[in-house]
Amino acid sequence: MGSLKIENVKKAFGPVEVLKGINLEVTDGEFVVFVGPSGCGKSTLLRVIAGLEDSTSGRVVIDGEDVSVTPPAKRGIAMVFQTYALYPHLTVKNNMGLGLKQASTPAAEIDRRIGIASSMLSLEPYLERRPAELSGGQRQRVAIGRAVVREPKLFLFDEPLSNLDAALRVNTRLEIAQLHRRLKATMIYVTHDQVEAMTLADKIVVLNAGKIEQIGGPMQLYNSPANEFVAGFIGSPKMNFIDGARLGETANTIGVRPEHLTVDPKSGAWKGTVVHAEHLGADTNLYLDCEKAGLITVRIFGVYNAEPGATLYATPDPAKTYRFGADGKVLK
Amino acid sequence: MSTATRSLPRTIGAHAILLTYTAIALFPVILVIMNSFKSRAGIFGEPLTPPTPKTFDLIGYTTVIGQGDFIHYFQNSLVVTVASLFFVLLFGAMAAFALSEYRFRGNTLMGLYLALGIMIPIRLGTVAILQLMVASGLVNTLTALILVYTAQGLPLAVFILSEFMKQVSDDLKNAGRIDGLSEYTIFFRLVLPLVRPSMATVAVFTMIPIWNDLWFPLILAPSEETKTVTLGAQLFLGQFVTNWNAILAALSLAIMPVLILYVIFSRQLIRGITSGAVK
Ligand SMILES: Nc1ncnc2c1ncn2[C@@H]1O[C@H](COP(=O)(O)OP(=O)(O)O)[C@@H](O)[C@H]1O
Ligand SMILES: [Mg+2]
Repeated sequence: MGSLKIENVKKAFGPVEVLKGINLEVTDGEFVVFVGPSGCGKSTLLRVIAGLEDSTSGRVVIDGEDVSVTPPAKRGIAMVFQTYALYPHLTVKNNMGLGLKQASTPAAEIDRRIGIASSMLSLEPYLERRPAELSGGQRQRVAIGRAVVREPKLFLFDEPLSNLDAALRVNTRLEIAQLHRRLKATMIYVTHDQVEAMTLADKIVVLNAGKIEQIGGPMQLYNSPANEFVAGFIGSPKMNFIDGARLGETANTIGVRPEHLTVDPKSGAWKGTVVHAEHLGADTNLYLDCEKAGLITVRIFGVYNAEPGATLYATPDPAKTYRFGADGKVLK
Repeated sequence: MSTATRSLPRTIGAHAILLTYTAIALFPVILVIMNSFKSRAGIFGEPLTPPTPKTFDLIGYTTVIGQGDFIHYFQNSLVVTVASLFFVLLFGAMAAFALSEYRFRGNTLMGLYLALGIMIPIRLGTVAILQLMVASGLVNTLTALILVYTAQGLPLAVFILSEFMKQVSDDLKNAGRIDGLSEYTIFFRLVLPLVRPSMATVAVFTMIPIWNDLWFPLILAPSEETKTVTLGAQLFLGQFVTNWNAILAALSLAIMPVLILYVIFSRQLIRGITSGAVK
């Protein structure tokens, strides 16, 4: 239980086509992350899966059953929103129990499930409070708890960490990962943050302008991106793209990740000047203005002392250099 | 610490302007209330002084109460105002919710159509309304007044409320849908409480013209049974003799119910939106 199949789903708002034919299969128990820049249609796709938005065409199949015309409450899904979306007039307990109450679940069963969920998310001390009396992190845990008690076939998360501060974001991310391991439920998670995508996902779906660019595991996307967009989106700092003609290459664009470049003060492939250096302790990011390659980023592990204005030579690792054609696709 | 916005002369200036305005606005009201407690000679002899033991007289109030039906007029006004207010808020909020929440063909056009009444005074349609009421046998009933006032109040209510409803979090409504709440439950339990302050604003704007109206009671419901306070007070405005004591007393009394309703709603205005639903 808990598989999902999306067949050629399209969605248009008036003349604007937001989803341009999405095909996707999610197997039971998988953690799938939709990632892409803001406005690419991730939330719209999630709302179509939830039934909050009708697709213009195409089918949504959950557990082998076409749910294209099934109302959200009957799809066996639960959703966690970016803005928490707790009911302001209900206590934490009633917030979590409302969906079950609507489905006429016996009170004892509701209490049992709230008990399990609230101990899982350490919410027991807050059960009688109202959302206004909770911090942001607690509110988001309540929202997650509200999803857990429904015991859905499919969990849907829409940027659940975006409103939290950095430290809390890491904690809650961990909690979601543990939740997935414990419940073994199918989860679909939307984010624009590639770090969240890489750390959580079994499978990442990279979306851009309403189309799927690539589907694959985190390492698969990192090591063999299908095109320039995926190569640039996955990995941080971003991959360097260099005009092929400037390097005398046949490929339209050459891509090399900052961590696959080495620097040397004496000799190397591309001579350049240090524009800026970022010292992060564990690693150092150097911005070099190269004669041949233009402005590039180099990531060096550990501490590296380089003053702005100094001359350095950067050399790419030939085995980890990507070549892209004029259409942006990777050249084999 | 004397910043430009907090300097003493500025503070004094701002307060002076506000106090002057308050005095000007309150002056006629105080004059009416003051003179309602005076004898006829007191009203004409020294209209600007408060009642003294010599001029103090409750004749106005005893006349008004003694006229018997005045309590009944009050009741009529109250029924008409409260019922109209209820329908304006209910239907106005429902229409506003539909306009702001659902995408359907002609949504914008429908919104414009519903807001048209803000620009066109309903009194232009008096003749047609009267014909309609005569045809449906509603002349001299409070129902007629309630219907007309509901229609009169709806355009502004829809216009203001739909703006506020657009600001209610989509996520909250969607969470309700996933939990299996009906659209009605979402509207009444989730959305309405969040737009309560704007409902109070609309209530105040709607209530006062209805309570003060003389036009429609005079035309649609002038019978003894259905007279409202404003119409009832005309009783004392004779062609040859005007009973000023009674008029002033009636007007003073008429202020009270609106004042009470206003206090109720303004509390809502101040209370602010329930927080905690979204970030
Ligand atoms: N209800 C709507 N009406 C019109 N356009 C919409 C609506 N919802 C979303 N869009 C448009 O669809 C595009 C994708 O939105 P969304 O799915 O929210 O993107 P994101 O990937 O950031 O979650 C955006 O350009 C947005 O303007
Ligand atoms: Mg989004």
